[in-house]
Order: sequence, then structure tokens, then C-alpha cells
Amino acid sequence: MRYDDGKDCFIYIQHEHGVIENGSLELITKAKELLSDTEENVVAVLLGTLDQNTHDTLADYGADAIIVCEHPDVSAYDCLNHAAVLTEIIETHHPKSFLFPGTVRGRELAPRISARVHTGLTADATRIELDNHEGQTHSLAITRPAFGGNLFATIITPDHVPQMATIRPGVFEMKKVNTPYAKRIDHTTDVELKSPIEIEAIIPKENDNASIADAKLIVSAGRGVKDCLDMVQHVAKTLNAELGASRALVDDGVVAKLSQVGQTGSTVRPLLYMACGISGALQHTAGMDKSETIIAINNDPAAPIFDVADLGIIGDAKEILTHLMRRLDVSNTP
Amino acid sequence: MNIAVLVKQVPNTTEIKVDKETGALIRKGIPTIINPDDLSAVEVALKLKATHGGKVHVFTMGPKSAESMLRELYARGVDDATLLCDKAFAGSDTWSTSLVLSTALKRHRFDLVIAGRQAIDGDTAQVGPQVAEFLGIPHISYVDEIRGVDATHCFLRKKEEKQSMHLKCPFPLLITVLDGIAKPRYMNMTHIFNNASRDVEILDNDALAIEKADLGIKGSPTKVKKTYAKSITKKTTAESLAPEDAAERILAVLREKGGMPDAL
Repeated sequence: MRYDDGKDCFIYIQHEHGVIENGSLELITKAKELLSDTEENVVAVLLGTLDQNTHDTLADYGADAIIVCEHPDVSAYDCLNHAAVLTEIIETHHPKSFLFPGTVRGRELAPRISARVHTGLTADATRIELDNHEGQTHSLAITRPAFGGNLFATIITPDHVPQMATIRPGVFEMKKVNTPYAKRIDHTTDVELKSPIEIEAIIPKENDNASIADAKLIVSAGRGVKDCLDMVQHVAKTLNAELGASRALVDDGVVAKLSQVGQTGSTVRPLLYMACGISGALQHTAGMDKSETIIAINNDPAAPIFDVADLGIIGDAKEILTHLMRRLDVSNTP
Repeated sequence: MNIAVLVKQVPNTTEIKVDKETGALIRKGIPTIINPDDLSAVEVALKLKATHGGKVHVFTMGPKSAESMLRELYARGVDDATLLCDKAFAGSDTWSTSLVLSTALKRHRFDLVIAGRQAIDGDTAQVGPQVAEFLGIPHISYVDEIRGVDATHCFLRKKEEKQSMHLKCPFPLLITVLDGIAKPRYMNMTHIFNNASRDVEILDNDALAIEKADLGIKGSPTKVKKTYAKSITKKTTAESLAPEDAAERILAVLREKGGMPDAL
């Protein structure tokens, strides 16, 4: 399917129990910033119930309009039903671009739609710019890491509309901007919603380390501290910090996958990130280099982690942690 | 139960280094491996076959050299292997790649198609879902456990960021699996000897007859505008410090950034 041009940037609003996923709000803010000087609108697309509170939130972060489909069969997430209605919305409104948060759901759903409408989809992007390609105004140049974070590729979709992308959560800031009014557009669906997928149970995560993406303080361990991991954990606990880890430690099976920071783990941007015994392969730094302050401890002066560190300490992590623990425990004693 | 598994031969990205002077990727001498998530997908398929019978058929799109990977999978116990290889396929993005794979899959009837979550060279996680769309069957991504299988349905656990979901879906369906779903077995010596000279089916576009306009760089909706290695941003010089001095410096930064717990 191909349209002549298309207009506006559509954003998929992922939500559950009335709470909007931050990844969607980040995209609204970013799209608003990119398109503010153009005729293009930022359109939030929400499948489910749009109450006043949700409407206001979407407007606050920069949505010019909201397309809502309140059909009961799409109020909860279902990949096939959502793909069907979103395709119908694309065919009705002809957006120029359609962005999805790079969450599990976004990355499950977006490829299905891109295959159906025959358009280009860029995965897990970390940068978006306006690209005026061959006279096409306001199309996007979307940059993403590849080869384990070793290479960045800028992708365009010159001949197909809408240009689609999933964007890694946490990369862009979500910011309230002053959008006075977001127009509500109701979408009534005519497609047959017949997904055969049944939800039998939803099990909350037992080990609640999903908070690592939101943590303010992260103490992270790499192979260099594999033999003194308990010390890293102790320091993290004393500081009320989340424990992070490099892929090497997760692959070795000594730290849970949930704690993994980097290209194939979580992207984090805490106020402070302390990397202990992590060499800093791009696969790791891609997920933490936006931290406000980075402390790195490594015994190899050539370790690339020092390239992103604000305080780089060449030394034995075990000895340094021993001293740090001693000082922390001393000040911890009433 | 007839199972198809989608696999990809990839460069071992953990071995890739960046030339610090030029910022270019050093690709020379990087070994190729079977994509780790795909190896787990093969293992899941072999386990299902062991319990429920049927056949496991692996498919890959790639250059002629990918044949060696398929032979290795014979040695792990798969029944059939197909390599989709044609100059016209080179440079395909996920949309075109999925079209090629799904066209080959349509020559057979499968109850279940399994793909790894994503390949470590591209990390897109898009080919599985796109193949499912082209086949017109449901898909479920990020599956970390197959909880059970009966005559008509598959029972799965899907892992999301903050929860897991137990899902039930009738056959046929496609799933993409996380590498934690199964630990790949070793190659079996008997299988290695028995399959050393076994043929891999190789299909080109004469066999698949896909419109040329949908293939390769030209047929791909996405285009790579440019690529670049990450710029090296040296913020500070690392210092060699005595452990006690290092600890003091860290504490100073913690205090400055408000990272010290209130009690300290």
C-alpha cells in the first residue's frame, strides 16, 4: 500500500489501567519539538477509553489531536486486534509517520502493521531528525544502533508512507509543553476483531528490578568484579542504589538478566552511574552514557569506559570497594 | 507436529572492535556464529519434537557460506534445512527478508514457526512478526516458556517489562523466543557423521518467483542513509589513585550529586 504523501506524525499510546507508558509521552514531546515550526500535527492514537485525565495528559505533553477507538475489543492490548484497527486508522488518515515506543508491545505490534501496509519500519531507534529527502518535506531520518552498539545507521523511508519506527524508551525526555487544546477524533472500527489469542493469566514480576530504568542511582558490576560481587551488592544496598550489570556477567549467569544495562539490556539515565570492573564495550555504554554523572573503576587504563566517565579511577576495584564500604559503614553507624 | 525454525548466521558482535583512531569498525577476522536466540529456538523445536513427534525444518536466508551453519544444525538433530540464496535477495531490509522467508515457508504446512527474538547484528526483532503477517497467522513475541501443547493449542508464557502473561493460541502460529527459553544442546557425534555429506536444500528466486521489485536494496522500503561508528567522547582523564584516596573521591562525588542516603 502506498500513499502519495501523508500528513502528521502519529504516536501509538501504550497504556494499562489508565496509566500511559512513559515511552509514548517521550515520543509526543520529541515529535512536538521536531514539528513545532511546521504545518504537521502530533497525533496521539489511543485504543481504549479516553477519560478527561488521559486527554489532558496527552495534551500536556504536546499532542495536537487524539484519535481514539473505544471499541471494547481493543481496550486491552491484543497484538492482532490492535494491528487491525491501527491499519484501518492509517488507511483512513494517511499519516506521514507513525512512531511506537520500543517496548515489548511496541516491538511486537509495529512490525505486523508495517508488513501489512507495506512500509518501512526502523527498530529501537535512539535519534530522530527531520530529513527533507528529495523534496519530501518533514520526513524523518531515524538513527539506530546496530552490530551490538558498535555502529549507528541512519534510516529513511523515501517511497513509502507512513514511515514507521519503534523508539527506545528513556532516550528522549518527556516534558510538559503548553498545548492549549487537543482535538478529539473518534474512530469507529469496521474491521472484524477476531484475535484467537487468549490471556489465561497475568503474573506480576516477582523480582522487581524493572525499576532499573527509572533508578536515580545505579552501581553496576562487570567481569572485573566477578569475584567480589557481594561487595558491589553491599555498596549498592547501602546507597539505596539499584544493581546493574554488564552483559558479560549476565551471560555468565551470576546476575539476573533484568539487571543488564546496555544495547541488549536496559537503557538507563540515572543521576549517578558507578561502573565497577566494566571495560565499557559500546554494547554497554550505549545503554548508560546519558547518565548525568559517571564514575568508572577499572584496572586497565585503556578501558573504553573511561571515555564516557566523569570520574575515572584506574585501580583495583576490590581494594577500592573495600575502602568505600569501610567509609560507608562508618558513616552508617549512628 | 511440524515445526519451522528461522535462523540467521551473524558476525559475533562481541568480538567487533572499533578503531579508536578512525572510528571505523574492524570486521576483519570476525568469526560468524549461529545467532544465539535462534539456537535457543532450534533447541525448543527439538524438545517439542522429542515429546510430540513431527519434524523440525530450519530456514535461513543468506550467502552460500551459510550452508555450513545449516550442516551444524543437522548435527544437532534437525530433519530438514533450506538455504534461500540469490543475488537478488542481497541488501534486503526486514520487510523484503520476511517476504522471502514467508514465500519459502508457504511451500510447506507448519503447525508452529519459531524464530529467535532478534539477531545480534541487526537487533530489529522484526522479521518474526513480519513473516507471521505475510503467512496470515498470529504471532506472539518475547516468549520465554512453552508451558504446554495439546492437539489444537499452544500454551505460552510471554515476558513483558513488568509482568509475564500466560497466553493460549491455536495452531498455526509463530512465536519469537528469548535465549533463556532453552539451553542449546551439544552436537551429537553420530549426527555429525551421519550428516556430513547431507544435502542442504538451496532455493533461489527462480524457485520462489517473487517480484524483483520487492527484493534487495531496491525492493526494501527502508534505505540506509549513512552509517557511522560512535564518536569517542573523552570527558576526563582517568587517574591512578591509592584505594583510600579513590574511595574519598567517590564519596565526594556521591555527596555532591546527592547520592548519599539521608542516614549518612
